[in-house]
Amino acid sequence: MARIVGIDLGTTNSLVAYMTGGVPKVIPSRGGRTMVPSVVAMTDNGLIVGDSAKEHLTRNPERTVYSVKRFMGKGLADVQSELAYFPYAVTEQGGVIRIKLGDKSYSPPQISAMILKELKQRAEIHLGESISKAVITVPAYFNDSQRQATKDAGMIAGLEVVRIINEPTAASLAYGLQEKTQGTIAVYDFGGGTFDISILKLKDGIFEVLATNGDTHLGGDDIDRRIADLFVKEIRSAFDIDLMAYPEHMQAARLEAERAKIRLSDGQKAEIFIELPDEKGGFTRELTRSQLEELAAEIVERTLSPCRLALKDAGVTPERIDEVVLVGGSTRMPLVRERVQALFGKQPHCHLNPDEVVALGAAVQADILTGGTTDMLLLDVTPLSLGIETMGGVMSSLIRRNTTIPASAKEMFTTYVDGQTGVDIHILQGERELVKDNRSLARFRLKVPPLPAGVPRIEVTFLIDANGILNVKASDMRTGQSQSIEVKPSYGLSDGEVERMIEESFKFAQEDVNARRLIEARLDADALIVTTERSLTEGSPLIGEKEAAAVRKALSALTAAKEGTDPKPIRARMADLELAAKPLSVALLDDSLKRSLQGKKVSEVTKG
Amino acid sequence: MDHSHTHNVGRRELQMARSMCWHCQSEVSGEYFCERCVKVQPVSKEADYFTCLGFPRRLTIDPHKLEAKFYELSRAFHPDFYQNKSETEQAISLSNAATLNTAYRTLRDPIQRAEYLLAIEAGAVKEIRTSPPADLFEEILELQDTLEAYRASDQSSQAGHQLRAQLQKEQHALEQRKQEMETQLERLFIDWDNLQDRGEATGETRAERDRLLKQIREILSNRTYVKNIVNDLVATIG
Repeated sequence: MARIVGIDLGTTNSLVAYMTGGVPKVIPSRGGRTMVPSVVAMTDNGLIVGDSAKEHLTRNPERTVYSVKRFMGKGLADVQSELAYFPYAVTEQGGVIRIKLGDKSYSPPQISAMILKELKQRAEIHLGESISKAVITVPAYFNDSQRQATKDAGMIAGLEVVRIINEPTAASLAYGLQEKTQGTIAVYDFGGGTFDISILKLKDGIFEVLATNGDTHLGGDDIDRRIADLFVKEIRSAFDIDLMAYPEHMQAARLEAERAKIRLSDGQKAEIFIELPDEKGGFTRELTRSQLEELAAEIVERTLSPCRLALKDAGVTPERIDEVVLVGGSTRMPLVRERVQALFGKQPHCHLNPDEVVALGAAVQADILTGGTTDMLLLDVTPLSLGIETMGGVMSSLIRRNTTIPASAKEMFTTYVDGQTGVDIHILQGERELVKDNRSLARFRLKVPPLPAGVPRIEVTFLIDANGILNVKASDMRTGQSQSIEVKPSYGLSDGEVERMIEESFKFAQEDVNARRLIEARLDADALIVTTERSLTEGSPLIGEKEAAAVRKALSALTAAKEGTDPKPIRARMADLELAAKPLSVALLDDSLKRSLQGKKVSEVTKG
Repeated sequence: MDHSHTHNVGRRELQMARSMCWHCQSEVSGEYFCERCVKVQPVSKEADYFTCLGFPRRLTIDPHKLEAKFYELSRAFHPDFYQNKSETEQAISLSNAATLNTAYRTLRDPIQRAEYLLAIEAGAVKEIRTSPPADLFEEILELQDTLEAYRASDQSSQAGHQLRAQLQKEQHALEQRKQEMETQLERLFIDWDNLQDRGEATGETRAERDRLLKQIREILSNRTYVKNIVNDLVATIG
């Protein structure tokens, strides 16, 4: 079976990992960096992703997208309150958010796909094979629309998403494999944009999630904002400048806030410098850890109530938790560790790198799916209750939150009026009583044969698969015939839209393919040059000067071709070199054969 | 062997109904994997949750054994292990895993387990009580008056505090009541299991069986009623 890589598609950073020799490993860039900043920039030379795009955050803020994960599977109304913080233009089209980059608009899955492509390419170069399948992680508290959007992103990037798994559970897989963790554990996952808590039971290779809770809109980003807001306020009163009106400077303030926050995880104070617009000089101040903690306290506090709810749903008290594991960059903050320790009454730990552990776990899950790891099994749950709208705008729950997935529920529908030919069904997710307080997932119309009222009996099966994604099936109980259902997602791309986006990405794919072929050709050429040069040093006494000169000539031709941007001449010069070096390799082979035969009797040789 | 005994055996066979392997058409009877071609078989639609998890219809189940069986079957059915298999096998795995999860969730909790057993033994839908049980009638009426008075009162006043304290006392009493019902249920569960273990099918045991089911049902619905009242109370007084 083809290789499946594990991908952590994070709010701030993304990573790709794979399993080798029973151990998960993060794939680094050529420069040795494991994290790809989840940033996409539109430059004059086209789209760029990652470290190079991050540089554009302050240079080119209107055309540089960061934290796109916050927009996945959302409508504009969901994010209205925080739009002021984003320098790029966010609009809506057909219920799905669009981000304007230059003269084109992109959906969040398309932007995420660009990050995924970067990771895919990184893996392909590192592993020397083409990658078409991935396990991608999402916050445990992601709803159906957000999961579907992540799957769409994978498809647009040319990846079959064989499984969506939850970030905290992925982390537990890595811990279970590498640290042999057992017992009841709590995974506290506080990242750049999302917070999750999962309570799991680890026993005999089974990773059973007992309960999960979280907030998909709460993360380190929010702390950075609080700090940046303070700077804005102080700059306004000291210099009478509204920094919010200057996107470049606002970005700089946000990045300075993030840097200071990170520094204050180890140190007690950090120097702040923000260049002011219109050459009005700079704003400087000192930020102490206690000042930071004052700003962050409310946000950290907000992570605790999901923890208590998860414990309650899992039916365990904090004393029954054997281990508390920390995941996500924000757990580096001493304040976070303090609060977690106070809640669970034990010291939390992060023996594995909290930035990498989720990607490592995704690679473990990928290995389970390919059949490599057979003794581990993850039994996850659905984070939110699933239901349908009933009379009076009330949600009737079909699958309760924290139900082990796959989970299914059947519901029988009939008609109220003679000859009625359809029943409208509205699917929801959430914990509240009323439809309007829950998340609308999708609507569909059930086709019913025209019969007297109450006679039709249509059974609808709602099935949440192992990805936490809903599938709906209906069958007519009278005829036994099943009907396909076309679900119109409330906050997602339709199948047609996803297809169009895949096509669009193919247009760019041609360029990508060329780029990859070039990289591969150069790598192969390098390898050939090294081995040929070695052979030449060893074997030149064995061949004629004319032949050796031909090899040298072919070598320099290949070295020159390698500088070009077309992979074809590189491959051609490689073939030339192989041909020219043939006498050399034959001579070397003869020579080694001769040497191995020396001192042996003829009978031994023939016996082989 | 009297008539009713034969009837029972017949029912047992129905659960373990013989069928054909969807793949190689050889006979399979109750096993989850075909003996010949080793393909996974769909859990029968007729199989109840006890059969699905390989447990007899008893109301006392060792939670550790149940968990062990659930883990074992999860390893057999989970979609993670069918990634390389045919579409048919993937579909069976998905549906089996979903059924298994429902079965385990239902049997794991003693109350849900008993409600489920009532449904399959007596065909009763869960009875929802709308009026208080007779022996609690007056107590509940009084409680509702107090609740209303508390809602109408200035909750930070002296009177409000007094009402709140009274409600807390009531809550405590009801919780204790619920506990008693659960103890009663536990005893009835053991009686039921003993009756099943004896395996006799005389007119007398049938009457005993019906009597037990009726009693269990009544206490279950009373318990649900009390539980809901307590939840309301907690929601009001916090």
